[in-house]
Amino acid sequence: MTHEAVLSAKDIVKELGQGAGKVMALKGVDLKLVPGELTLLMGPSGSGKTTLLSILGCILQPTSGELVVDGQSTDGLDPEELAALRREHIGFIFQSYNLFPTLSALENVRIALDVRGQKGYEAAKRSEEVLRQVGLGHRLRNFPGNLSGGEQQRVAVARAIVSSPSIVLADEPTAALDGENGNAVMELLARIAHEQQRSVLAVTHDPRTLPYADRVVRIEDGLIVGEERRPEGLDAPEITDLTKRRKAHA
Amino acid sequence: MIFTLAFRNLFHDRVRLMVTLVGILFSIVLVAVQLGLYLGASRMITANIDHADAELWIMPFGAKSFEDGGLLMGARERHQALATPGVERVTPIVVRFSEWRKPAGGSTRVVVIGSDAEEGALLPLNLETGSWDDIKAPSAIAVDKTYLKDLGVEAIGDTAQINAGRVKITALTSGVRSFTQSPYVYMPLARGRQLVGAAGSDLATFQLVKLYPGADVEKVRNDLLNRLEGAEVLTTAEFRQRSLRQWLFRTGAGVALIGGALLGILVGTVIVAQTLYSSTKDHINEFATLRALGSSSGYIHKVILTQAGLSAVFGYVLGMLLALLVVLASQSTPLPIVMTPSLAAGLFSVTLFMCAISAISAIVKVTKIDPATVFSR
Repeated sequence: MTHEAVLSAKDIVKELGQGAGKVMALKGVDLKLVPGELTLLMGPSGSGKTTLLSILGCILQPTSGELVVDGQSTDGLDPEELAALRREHIGFIFQSYNLFPTLSALENVRIALDVRGQKGYEAAKRSEEVLRQVGLGHRLRNFPGNLSGGEQQRVAVARAIVSSPSIVLADEPTAALDGENGNAVMELLARIAHEQQRSVLAVTHDPRTLPYADRVVRIEDGLIVGEERRPEGLDAPEITDLTKRRKAHA
Repeated sequence: MIFTLAFRNLFHDRVRLMVTLVGILFSIVLVAVQLGLYLGASRMITANIDHADAELWIMPFGAKSFEDGGLLMGARERHQALATPGVERVTPIVVRFSEWRKPAGGSTRVVVIGSDAEEGALLPLNLETGSWDDIKAPSAIAVDKTYLKDLGVEAIGDTAQINAGRVKITALTSGVRSFTQSPYVYMPLARGRQLVGAAGSDLATFQLVKLYPGADVEKVRNDLLNRLEGAEVLTTAEFRQRSLRQWLFRTGAGVALIGGALLGILVGTVIVAQTLYSSTKDHINEFATLRALGSSSGYIHKVILTQAGLSAVFGYVLGMLLALLVVLASQSTPLPIVMTPSLAAGLFSVTLFMCAISAISAIVKVTKIDPATVFSR
């Protein structure tokens, strides 16, 4: 199955800091994301995962290299234009959920539509529909303080997908969750990728996420050092198995 | 959602909200009192000018205000004015600071106003007890009831002395206060002349010129200026301005009142700015999340400005309630505070402006948000 990439990063270099403190966080990264695929970006701390996620999410501009989102290059865009690109094409899920504590679950989802200029009854209806999809139809009026960690992350997932972005980027989506809730969130992300044909990229340390991945990209010291893909077919082994087999072979 | 987010951010920290509202409240009360005093003082200063039935005022050069008209003019100016086309009537009045000797001893300054009401010049304002006929009786005068105690008298029928002449209170006015705190004493023109030492003369402080309907005020004024030597001719509006300038600005009283109002605005602005800034700082991660979600900076600015606007509305309502109580309490004092619908509307605009200016520091803070911080929480 071949798809045209919705996000394409080519030879991305990112320098952070200045003078003697300057660090090359990314040293020439190539990465493509295609619809219908859940990709995991894994690597040790300080390997450049979050920097790469920030660049892919149009939050940081690369020092050099080219990023193309849905056919549009980010080269030379100012912060407002980058924000517009995020609004149009990208949904975010954060490690700490980043929900608004003063807004209910429904309002937290609606605000993602509001910043896109979608207001009123239709926006409320759409937000409610997406919260039901993530299994929170009974928690619409609850505030984040009254929701469990897993529920909060599901609200964050609903917020990320409510505007139907082509790309969903998740930063350590299971890090703050227990096993059961972590699995539930990963299942949700896999469903979003496969059923809604979105491209989902999750930065993670968590090996429990491997069974849900279609592809695993490994980054170390600012460079992509490996990539594994789940073979197509219903009885295809999970990537965890492939990893084990690779380790055994080694 | 902008309104919801702004409202919830504001009410999230009730203690801080209270501090903000108290800041705005006191700022509004201070500005309302200062401007209300200014307005009240302005009305006092110009009350007699506004009440007079005249379009033009003839006065000696150097007349500073209604109370301080300078040297008395002879009748020549009146006759010349009467001969000017467009002039229907010219009425002399006498206005002069004089010495009021209290019956029980001691004295105070008053402003004698001698005017013949039959001539259509200047009737006593707000006659509450008695009539013009009562004031025409021998030695009769009208004073304002607010000043009875200051004048050392108690009621109608009491007598006192102005300069060397005996006077008897036969009528009382209500709410006619004097900015100079020298009470106005109304009487017929002849008695006024007698009390200021010009008995039997044609002398007057001002000649009040009434024009025929449709007459061109500016043309008549120019004609009068060509005919009169040694006298000024001012329109009622110009004379009002001159009197206001004299008492409010040459004495510094108005400057102090306006300065107080500006200080109130400054204090309010600083308090609201401090609160909005700290609120924005507390919610900075939420604003960064909004930015990461793709909101424009304009969207975030609107949230902050809505917070400022809500603070303004709540603060204004509370502030005006307190200000109205102060206004009510001031009505029996020698310097009552005035509150008008236009002043109330103006104060609301000032409050909104103050809160909008206060939002600048918060907006500057939020403009510097790095959306990448959402990944470092």
